[in-house]
Amino acid sequence: MGLPLMMERSSNNNNNNNNVVELSRVAVSDTHGEDSPYFAGWKAYDENPYDESHNPSGVIQMGLAENQVSFDLLETYLEKKNPEGSMWGSKGAPGFRENALFQDYHGLKTFRQAMASFMEQIRGGKARFDPDRIVLTAGATAANELLTFILADPNDALLVPTPYYPGFDRDLRWRTGVKIVPIHCDSSNHFQITPEALESAYQTARDANIRVRGVLITNPSNPLGATVQKKVLEDLLDFCVRKNIHLVSDEIYSGSVFHASEFTSVAEIVESIDDVSVKERVHIVYSLSKDLGLPGFRVGTIYSYNDNVVRTARRMSSFTLVSSQTQHMLASMLSDEEFTEKYIRINRERLRRRYEIIVEGLKKAGIECLKGNAGLFCWMNLGFLLEKKTKDGELQLWDVILKELKLNISPGSSCHCSEVGWFRVCFANMSENTLEIALKRIHKFMDRRRRF
Amino acid sequence: MRLIVPLRGVIQGRGGLFVGSLIPCCLFYFLQLYLKRRRPPPTDPTELPRTSSRTNLFSRGNSIGRVRVSSRAVPVAKPSDSPYYIGLERVKTDPYDRIKNTDGIIQLGLAESTLCFDLLQRWMSENLMESMMQSDDGEFDISSIAMYKPFEGLLELRVAFADFMSRIMGGNVSFDPSNMVITAGGTPAIEVLAFCLADHGNAFLIPTPYYPGFDRDIKFRTGVELIPVHCRSSDNFTVTVSALEQALNQARKRGSKVSGILFSNPSNPVGNILSRETLQDILRFAQEKNIHVISDEIFAGSVYGDKEFVSMAEIAGSGEFDKSRVHIIYGLSKDLSIPGFRAGVIYSFHEDVVNAAKKLMRFSSVPVPVQRILISLLSDVRFIEEYMTAHRQRIRDKHIRFVEGLKQLGIPCAESGGGLYCWVDMSSLLTSYSEKGELELFEKLLTVAKINATPGTACYCIEPGWFRCCFTALADEDIPVIMERIRQLRESSRS
Repeated sequence: MGLPLMMERSSNNNNNNNNVVELSRVAVSDTHGEDSPYFAGWKAYDENPYDESHNPSGVIQMGLAENQVSFDLLETYLEKKNPEGSMWGSKGAPGFRENALFQDYHGLKTFRQAMASFMEQIRGGKARFDPDRIVLTAGATAANELLTFILADPNDALLVPTPYYPGFDRDLRWRTGVKIVPIHCDSSNHFQITPEALESAYQTARDANIRVRGVLITNPSNPLGATVQKKVLEDLLDFCVRKNIHLVSDEIYSGSVFHASEFTSVAEIVESIDDVSVKERVHIVYSLSKDLGLPGFRVGTIYSYNDNVVRTARRMSSFTLVSSQTQHMLASMLSDEEFTEKYIRINRERLRRRYEIIVEGLKKAGIECLKGNAGLFCWMNLGFLLEKKTKDGELQLWDVILKELKLNISPGSSCHCSEVGWFRVCFANMSENTLEIALKRIHKFMDRRRRF
Repeated sequence: MRLIVPLRGVIQGRGGLFVGSLIPCCLFYFLQLYLKRRRPPPTDPTELPRTSSRTNLFSRGNSIGRVRVSSRAVPVAKPSDSPYYIGLERVKTDPYDRIKNTDGIIQLGLAESTLCFDLLQRWMSENLMESMMQSDDGEFDISSIAMYKPFEGLLELRVAFADFMSRIMGGNVSFDPSNMVITAGGTPAIEVLAFCLADHGNAFLIPTPYYPGFDRDIKFRTGVELIPVHCRSSDNFTVTVSALEQALNQARKRGSKVSGILFSNPSNPVGNILSRETLQDILRFAQEKNIHVISDEIFAGSVYGDKEFVSMAEIAGSGEFDKSRVHIIYGLSKDLSIPGFRAGVIYSFHEDVVNAAKKLMRFSSVPVPVQRILISLLSDVRFIEEYMTAHRQRIRDKHIRFVEGLKQLGIPCAESGGGLYCWVDMSSLLTSYSEKGELELFEKLLTVAKINATPGTACYCIEPGWFRCCFTALADEDIPVIMERIRQLRESSRS
């Protein structure tokens, strides 16, 4: 697997100029996954990007889960606040000295407090977060990888419910050497995780002599765009206790749940538990990339109820520190509760509205989506359009949608979905106008198909 | 029937006692064996049985096994036994302050410079907001800093870095932005290179003494080993090809696969600048053995001596060698005194390494707003020239004062021309010329003289008595204080 660009190293080194120097397995592996359709569509977009005025027939990017719907709120806040105050911290220009030198992997206390407070607000105060349990990383991608290094050894496995975010194949496996064993979910119960599916995945791993170290879920789910039910979370924790393994809950879309009451964080369940041996297997990943729409800032966190994991993660975070500059900039913004309350509320509202637009639009075209309540995308069912009900059939349809409709959407197979025909469609990284245009293209396509 | 007979023998007490007891035991054993085979396969011994009750296991407060972390995580959380880290921690408990804590521990263990903060502060106050917030039409546009950008760094930043590096490395070498990947600091830069060039269990040769942080940066997660190549004061701690050869052969005999050579230039902790010839020798050796060369040039802009700094990039670009095995690390933490910003560089002549490193940057990239500040900073040629001149001059001045102060105490230093520290020969203060003696001195310096200096042992130096002392965070008036404390320590040791 990978590019065969190495020659055998010769121990007899006479032929200096013909010796090609070797690279590592990590360097030549294709575990980064960038050759998959998930990323191929991005290339097509890069080559011919849609632009409202300059290139209205270009490819519309619906494969990138980015949140641009609430930029104006951020802009207004950042412009209004005293630049000195928000950028340097309350000390003004003299604060630069601390800023420039600060590279402590503990992270700025004020920033961690701000993150804890923000995470509490998103959960409506139903769980408390201790700033000293927050470890900062340069993005959630780094947080997930870091946790994997800490919880699992090479050739161990994490169980991950399907369909899952394609990036996990790379983030959880590439440098860590850890495997992913899928927990198969299907539409019969809206892709919720069942105890039977959990047991089956665990057994699959055991049969292959692979040691399972934990379960990693995304809640709300990417690509489903739906929250995980409280009962399922309890079953999951129960399962992890019985097998004595970890539970990682990636909650980066928690602030993007359309109705706050519909989200249960694993933190709420842990809140009511006293037994440390239960709590200390639970870890939460969060980031500002989705809810706050600031992926460019590279701010992620690991929140762990396990002291040892917190200590270890902190030290390992040297490889992925959040710039002191960023911490200063965001600390005051995130601790401004009046702002964050307003932001969270309006952001949810706008995302809900976007979701309704796209689901209604698709429905009018005769396309159903999974009932979703969160996130920056919807999970669309095009199974009925497949000529062949196979992965190839799905990819063929994906290719048609990319080339003919000029829409880049993500095929379910790249998310390891066990049912063919599902696609993830992002709706928050464009204007409402652009969304309407995308829907029009879909309508036209469906009309054409109906005629034949 | 036959079974009954021996049993009857047991009952009747005739010799059959032995057989009589043996048979039931055998029966019992075979019964167990039979039942065991029929039992379902044993589950994980720590697993608890499934309950049918809906009140979950976790709410019933059963005591269960403690969940474990991976075996590679175990050593990471342990308190470090390296004097390098111990010293840094101790300073935190009682840090020296010129006004508020004159008896505190003076920090000489952290290679940081504050000598040109005034210049940086001025630039930041004049330019920071604009450089970060402004877009082309002058309006504040958050999308320019908020959205995903290529993880390897904006092209403008790589161009600015290429230009900056060329300037500070003497202008004899040019850097191609497409060979460059921007990282969140020097620490991830070295780790990513290690991941790309060596497999788990492979090794890098590394001349000693070396920067203690490499042990963590390289070994923590990659599993790559570091094999020391010992250098001596007689060579001013400059690595020789014969030492490299010897280390490589010994490694091969042990069955270790060496993937490359890692060294720093200007050297940390010694501060010497490697000559053009030495660099050529290293590259020639690497070519012969078909291994990589990683040159950590993070102090390249902190050169204050008369010796010219030559980058390995210049040697690689000369055409004499196969340059695809050459990789360079750089960053702004030392030369530009902004370690908190987290900005580092991997520069490689190997296209596949650049490509792999680019993809790995998703785990350690620089935030976009910070990139914009850096583009502005590094492209401000006038400021950079002013800054670098002042930076070099002020290090030189401080170096002269510090070394002179030590000289007056009869304490010599190794010859150095770069870096933020000097390599001090305190062997005259040792009670015994050994590692033990050195560690005792380290402890005395820390507890009695209240000075944190990094002992050579932490840097794997083969000769005892050497200490790295960083002086670029000191004010001039701190130096006599330090010298006085050392003098007093020596006096009290003698008595």
